[in-house]
Amino acid sequence: MSSEEIKINYTKKELPAGFSRLGFILLIVGVILVLLSFITDYNRTTQNSVIIFTFLTSISIGSLFLVALEYLAGAVWSVPFRRISEIISFIIFLLPLFALPSLLNFHGVFHWSHPEAVASDELLKAKAPYLNQTFFIIRNIAIFLIWWLFYTFLSGNSKKQDSSFDQTLTRKNIKISAVFMPFFGISLTIVAIDWLMSLEPHWFSTIFGVYYFSGTILSALACLTLMVLYLNEKGLLVSGLTKDHYYSLGALMFAFINFWAYIAFSQFMLIWYANLPEETFWFITRWQGGWSYLSYGLIFIHFVIPYAILLPQPAKMDPLRLKLASIIILIAHFYDLYWLSMPSFSKDEVLFSWYEIAFPILAIGLFITVFSIKSKKINLVPIGDPKMKRAMEFKL
Amino acid sequence: MNDKKLYSITALFNTPDEISKAAEVITNEGYQKYDVNTPYPVHGLSTKMKLKPSTLGYFALVLGLSGAAIALLFMYWSMSIDYPMIIGGKPFFALPAFIPVTFEVTVLMASVGTVLIMLFFFFKLPNNSHPLHDTDYMRKVSNDKFGVSIEAKDPKFDAEKVKQLFSDLGAEQIEEIYYDEDEINHKNKVFEPRFIAFLFVVAIIVAGGTYFMLNKLLFMSPFNFMMEQHRIDPQSKETLFADGFGMRPPVEGTVARGFMPYLYQEEPEKAEMLLSNPLFATEENLKLGQKKYNTFCSPCHGYFGKGDSRLNGQFPNPPSLHSEKIIQWQDGRIYHVINVGQNIMPSYSKQLTENEKWAIVLYIRALQRALNAKEEDLK
Repeated sequence: MSSEEIKINYTKKELPAGFSRLGFILLIVGVILVLLSFITDYNRTTQNSVIIFTFLTSISIGSLFLVALEYLAGAVWSVPFRRISEIISFIIFLLPLFALPSLLNFHGVFHWSHPEAVASDELLKAKAPYLNQTFFIIRNIAIFLIWWLFYTFLSGNSKKQDSSFDQTLTRKNIKISAVFMPFFGISLTIVAIDWLMSLEPHWFSTIFGVYYFSGTILSALACLTLMVLYLNEKGLLVSGLTKDHYYSLGALMFAFINFWAYIAFSQFMLIWYANLPEETFWFITRWQGGWSYLSYGLIFIHFVIPYAILLPQPAKMDPLRLKLASIIILIAHFYDLYWLSMPSFSKDEVLFSWYEIAFPILAIGLFITVFSIKSKKINLVPIGDPKMKRAMEFKL
Repeated sequence: MNDKKLYSITALFNTPDEISKAAEVITNEGYQKYDVNTPYPVHGLSTKMKLKPSTLGYFALVLGLSGAAIALLFMYWSMSIDYPMIIGGKPFFALPAFIPVTFEVTVLMASVGTVLIMLFFFFKLPNNSHPLHDTDYMRKVSNDKFGVSIEAKDPKFDAEKVKQLFSDLGAEQIEEIYYDEDEINHKNKVFEPRFIAFLFVVAIIVAGGTYFMLNKLLFMSPFNFMMEQHRIDPQSKETLFADGFGMRPPVEGTVARGFMPYLYQEEPEKAEMLLSNPLFATEENLKLGQKKYNTFCSPCHGYFGKGDSRLNGQFPNPPSLHSEKIIQWQDGRIYHVINVGQNIMPSYSKQLTENEKWAIVLYIRALQRALNAKEEDLK
């Protein structure tokens, strides 16, 4: 069509003061709560840090995955949103902060790290070449260093393009994304096995990495959608974004809700059908006492409710329903990680009180603060991207 | 040519922008029965035409939900009610195992049903003729032109006004489309004998091919590899075990399902002391006892238990069941005799079920009571 009409109409504006103030307040409250919980119940706090660590890993590395995916697939509709994903994925630099508590209390969190437990346990002895403290720390540090490297390259090139309008930078980023993608698959599986599956070192499920991946992409998408809707309402993004742009976000979320349900059910059904004691005990723990209600609740909050909200076609373009679905998905992912890890620490009773709330408040505060600090310096839209004009023309 | 009727007036445009504008103007003029034909989807046309969202989605929803319900109900009825079978030690209503099937049927019903509804309900399928078919207009809009067609049925339709509107919009070509009443209502080719014969031949080929495939081909080498498996078949010879039997005897002390071994084989006194009749003397139980007694016991003991055999001396007559000794016996003792046999009477444990044995005991008691009825029984 007539492309002369379309201009990238973006002027850099400050984020609303209330936004960063809210982040700052939540950050302070979160820090105080976390410190309090450290003093009162050291063990439980370190165990909770596993949940928030994996949650923030999901959002941040999932966002980097979305950035890489856009380059690889040559997606056009998502170009105006890419910078927001890039900013969110900056959080991978802060992840060691959340890993630290569980590393300090290594023996309290990871049962397999006890030498005397390994000595009296054939299974743990056999798994020792992989599950030992030294290798655990080495491989996780390596993974994070490589993630940081990829972030620096991808985001650096993208930022450079804002002023230079250099098309070769896009080509460079496509190559970097192609290298990143297989590494992402392997590293995310390792993180899922190390931080979530090894909490119950006797248990194993080959689909577990994919299970964590599905939640990762879903929460990264939900986080992106929430930020896009908020920033666009405040007029901080490029003008001319239409419902067609939203539709793709909603449709992708809808697809990954189904994907999560598919993977979660596959994992459950295979273990339920085969009925092998070395696999079923993990689900039996989660199907006894108070945990059973949480297990049934997971089906609803992670699948049925967001599925029903996003099912009608207009819902995928309606900002209100998209926001609602995104918030539910983010809560559901936290719920999911809580359900994955907490029964390993407290088999008999469901533990949930302000201890479990402290870290999320801190995380939200930190997220908002990081976002407002990062967005002060850079554009919220990659205005130099060669696909930007086509992205503004995007129609369903 | 006289019976041809005006179907619509069409106009052709050169660019998508023109057709978008035309659609907007025609909608604002108040025309309802009109359609736009373009060689590819033009973005934003449906909003310009103010089309209502398609109702097809609701059909898909209803079909999907009914597919899920049908699948679940069918599996519930067949697996838990009509023919309950234990599979892999799972409960009769094993929901996780049913979910994949439910999912498949949901998707199948929703997709196939939606396509069929679209074809038959929205496109009115058996009638596959449309006035716009085989017109110059249709040839052009499926190539490089953008066309709009206002139907004569439209309440606001007026041929002169429509033509004026089209030329005001800058239409390249304005054309009237006629249709033949007979052509629209002509008989479908589906009912022609040649087509039916063709279907018949296809059916024979498909059925024959399937028969050959499943019953012949799969039993020929090398396609029969599924039949030669590394497993031990029941009742076959097997060198793996020292005794050469493929089947293993059950572990010592194994008890078959629904079977209770008889514990007092050699101890009639113990059986008399410990066993008691689990059945009550209801009409149903007595009828069962009578039937089984007449079948299995009466040839020797006689219909009334007097020991009057119908075998006419081919077999020694048993003593009467009305002797003082047997009247004094507890139920357990009679049961024991049925179960184990006595003197030359063989065991009947194989022929009779537990319930039937006890029902016979009840019936014998009734026979005894009949010969020694008490005063109050007559009231």
